Amino acid sequence: MASGVKPRVKVPKKAAAGETITIKTLISHKMESGQRKDDDGNIIPRSIINRFTADFNGQNVIDVTLEPAISTNPYFQFEAVVPESGEFKFTWYDDDGSVYDTSKKITVN
Amino acid sequence: GNWARLAAQQTLTQDQLLEFDTFGNVSLIHVTDIHAQLKPIYFREPSENIGVGSNKGAVPHVTGAQFRKLYGIQDGSPSHYALSSGDFASLANAYGRVGGLDRVATVIKAIRAERPDAILLDGGDTWHGSYTCFKTAGQDMVNVMNALNPDAMTFHWEFTLGSERVNEIVESLPFAALGQNIFDVEWDEPTELFPPYKMFERGGTKVAVIGQAFPYMPIANPGWMFPEYAFGIRDENMQAMVDEVRAEGAECVVVLSHNGFDVDKKMATVVDGIDVILSGHTHDALPEPVLSGKTIIVPSGSNGKFVSRVDLDIRNGQMLGYRHKLIPIFSDVIEPDAEVSALIDEQRAPYLAEMSEVIGKTDSLLYRRGNFNGTWDDLICDALLSERDAEIALSPGVRWGPSLIPGQDITREDIFNVTSMSYGQAYRTEMTGEFLKVVLEDVADNIFNPDPYYQQGGDMVRTGGLGYRIDIGQPQGSRISNLTLLNSGEAIDPARSYVVAGWASVNEGTEGPQIWDVVENHIRKLGTVTAKPNNSVEVIGA
Amino acid sequence: SSTFALASLTSLPVFASTTDDEIAALTGGAELGEGAITLTAPEIAENGNTVPIAFDAPGAVEVTLFADGNPVPNVATFKFGPLSASRSASTRIRLATTQDVVAIAKMEDGSFQTAKANVKVTIGGCGG
Ligand SMILES: [Mn+2]
Ligand SMILES: [Mn+2]
Repeated sequence: MASGVKPRVKVPKKAAAGETITIKTLISHKMESGQRKDDDGNIIPRSIINRFTADFNGQNVIDVTLEPAISTNPYFQFEAVVPESGEFKFTWYDDDGSVYDTSKKITVN
Repeated sequence: GNWARLAAQQTLTQDQLLEFDTFGNVSLIHVTDIHAQLKPIYFREPSENIGVGSNKGAVPHVTGAQFRKLYGIQDGSPSHYALSSGDFASLANAYGRVGGLDRVATVIKAIRAERPDAILLDGGDTWHGSYTCFKTAGQDMVNVMNALNPDAMTFHWEFTLGSERVNEIVESLPFAALGQNIFDVEWDEPTELFPPYKMFERGGTKVAVIGQAFPYMPIANPGWMFPEYAFGIRDENMQAMVDEVRAEGAECVVVLSHNGFDVDKKMATVVDGIDVILSGHTHDALPEPVLSGKTIIVPSGSNGKFVSRVDLDIRNGQMLGYRHKLIPIFSDVIEPDAEVSALIDEQRAPYLAEMSEVIGKTDSLLYRRGNFNGTWDDLICDALLSERDAEIALSPGVRWGPSLIPGQDITREDIFNVTSMSYGQAYRTEMTGEFLKVVLEDVADNIFNPDPYYQQGGDMVRTGGLGYRIDIGQPQGSRISNLTLLNSGEAIDPARSYVVAGWASVNEGTEGPQIWDVVENHIRKLGTVTAKPNNSVEVIGA
Repeated sequence: SSTFALASLTSLPVFASTTDDEIAALTGGAELGEGAITLTAPEIAENGNTVPIAFDAPGAVEVTLFADGNPVPNVATFKFGPLSASRSASTRIRLATTQDVVAIAKMEDGSFQTAKANVKVTIGGCGG
């Protein structure tokens, strides 16, 4: 697992049933493009987050395929509907096989 | 000419300069782009300020005699001297220095005597531009401006103090630090430190002041010095803020802007519901507001040279009329405010000896403003060529920096007035002829792109040792031609590398001596500076 | 101040044909409609390494972004699931030089829509 990789998300704590909520996510990751060279002129191998998913109570909200053109510390903002109380799960997939995830509960009243 | 020595100055009085028929129910006082000029200075307005696209030939892109003709300003009059170029040195002898924050204080107090709850607004570029400001990281300006008791401020060069210092000062400010376009870079959200607007209740009227910081901060200045912040024009958010303040009951919406004049003009046509834009950044001084859509735009000059007073008649949520005056601060005519004078001297005292040291003398007018060159920048380029042993010099087209008139001593303070900044390292590097053209094309497009939203509000990068032709009306990539190495008269070879010296690079880790030391060493060797004519740039298509 | 990032701007060839190839591979050469997507990007990038891009494509099932002046034009593909509230998203991308960012949306009926936005990547120059 790459070091210093830290996911952060912003999800409201409460919502009304069926309300549209805005979610923001960030993960600290260098997103090495595979196009840069080191001081000796050797290509620095590609090492990126290649997929990001957001699910709520097991149902998908968004599923993103990332290429090296996505900036360092990949950022996403998107909108979800929450039919009932439950838990968002956010998952990032690294080129090196690591998988990072974090969850956020939301109460619907 | 001799007519310039007319006794106009004797007939000019403080009462005349301040004369104003108080009008309506709200007064705004605007100062902007002071660039840390605490003391009176000379400041020559531009002789060349080319307008492009729909702004071709429109103010403020009219200069000199044409400007005076447009506004019916008599040759040799105080307005000629204050507002336009031409015969500057002799008029400067006749009318004396301008500005000085102790004189500005007198004007503000006089307006407040007539309208005690007038709103004083500072458009930014305040904490940058002098020896004492550099040495105190802006504290001198903060101390003196606080004594003037402003109601709100917005920002540009302040951020080049670095975000840590900016945050520290802003946290302590006794007035609002506004910027609807200052965002947190990480989450793309408004910041707590810089609210978008402030509501004032004055003369029984609710007035909203929305701040607009310089939109291109991380492009034009080193973004690495304030990495937590994002800017941009954000006119959708501006519209949202106008709608929000109107919904909260604002009867008048004022934007305190550091967009630059043409950007303000465009924004006024894109965003509905702004009554007044107090305009800064491009350092324009106009004797009347300019109407764009239903918005009046009021630019108030730079370097402490002017104070704008705008009286508004607001009834039932509508601005029914206005009265305006751009008050020139003739420093020999306006009595300095004793308290602020003392405060200014207190800021300067610890540095007075070192900054008053005479480095040389000038027998020519040294000025900066103009789209392509000024004698101050020619001197800086010469200093770079000679002190850094370079073939070509590049000097940024900034618009701040006072003038010196023939016969004046050049002090260390004078050199800092035209060079001081937090990234003043004079680099020495190699650039190919091809890259030099890319640089010139890039900068030219930031000035002459016909869409104001692509204009960053400076002048063309100054070149030493390098001549070129520029066709203003062409698109990026096709404006610059005939690049010539002046030394040899040979055409610049795209493939060859040239030794280039310059300063004010936005790159982190730029190395070299500080530009003010480079210029000081050069002037010391010259003893007396004599400006030579500069015909190195051929301008067509303007 | 005209302030140049001395090493950051290299003249890159235009890779438009690569982008066209990638788009053709995505759409199978289908015709591209316009007007159903909005793509929001800054006129001038504050930092070419992290340029904010947002799209809104009502009725899309997936949206792919390309940067037609990058050595590799592909940027990202967004697939929307049953709990997405809108077919909109924002992200931050790398742009090597001034270029068009292109969005291709695959709509619910299998047709394709496109939008583009030009972003200027500059080495700077200002001074008020
Ligand atoms: Mn400015
Ligand atoms: Mn300024």
